[in-house]
Amino acid sequence: MLESLWVWPLLESTHVLSIALFVGTAMMMDLRLMGLTFGGVRASDFTSRLLPWTRAGFVVMVVTGLLVFYSNPVRYYHNIFFRFKVLLMILAGLNIWLFHSRIHRKVAEWDLLASPPPAAKLAGAVSFLAWALIVISGRLIAYNWFDCDIQPQPAFVNWAAGCVLPAE
Amino acid sequence: MYPALLPFFEWCEATGIGRTIRESLWMFPILEAIHLVGLSMLGGALLVVDFRLLGWGLKDGTIADLNRQARPWLLGAVALMLGTGVLLFLSEAIKCYYNTAFWVKITTLPVALGFTLAIKDRFARNATYTSADSQLVASADILLWFIVAAGGRWIGFS
Repeated sequence: MLESLWVWPLLESTHVLSIALFVGTAMMMDLRLMGLTFGGVRASDFTSRLLPWTRAGFVVMVVTGLLVFYSNPVRYYHNIFFRFKVLLMILAGLNIWLFHSRIHRKVAEWDLLASPPPAAKLAGAVSFLAWALIVISGRLIAYNWFDCDIQPQPAFVNWAAGCVLPAE
Repeated sequence: MYPALLPFFEWCEATGIGRTIRESLWMFPILEAIHLVGLSMLGGALLVVDFRLLGWGLKDGTIADLNRQARPWLLGAVALMLGTGVLLFLSEAIKCYYNTAFWVKITTLPVALGFTLAIKDRFARNATYTSADSQLVASADILLWFIVAAGGRWIGFS
């Protein structure tokens, strides 16, 4: 199925275009958390009314992303940018968990502040930076510069990509 | 497409900047990646106001305030996309000339930009509540930019 002429480009395009919905709305909330704009909108208005859109975008990203991954899992598994992207997604996930379990729980205390407390600002900054780097590393997965079958590579690259090299 | 324009595309392809990017291993990929970060920002800045106009998003404050506060980020994202987009184009102008998706994108882009920066902006400045009109403006905005973005992605496939 994934080798058909149309399915892969359509999956890939849906994955890329959905960043406008998913990363885009997440970044707008990050800007609010950092106190950079949208001061007239409560932080909780973002989490209750915009976050459902972010979540919907996330579902589309995950479904299309997994399908693209399964089209060539071994190649992606050993791609250095893919590995970097997964690490960043874990970081972004931890940040979301910390934000919701600690900072957002007390949102009533700072909901109306145009400039939220430092912890919220930090969560917003980490999220913004992490998703920007995830987009960048996601795009670079397409390039095979550091793939295991392109040798020689520096030892660090082969280690990071988990390459199994034939014994000399 | 427009044969009179071909010499212009050839000139773009021959520029020093275009050649430098084309001959570099990593410049085009990095520019593409930054172009996509711009797409995220642009999508967010557009959709945050469009969802509000549709009545499906943020509720606090006024539509005019939300639009005003999103605007610098919208303009920043547009600048980032145009800057990286022009550089990407210079590196493969002749490929673009023969690419249908490019023409779809490049002809829709000024319409989308004009619509967002003039019509939607003027509408949002004066909108006080969600209406059939505000929903029409938001839908048109989303549709126009979807064509631009989808056309842009498809340049790489054709």
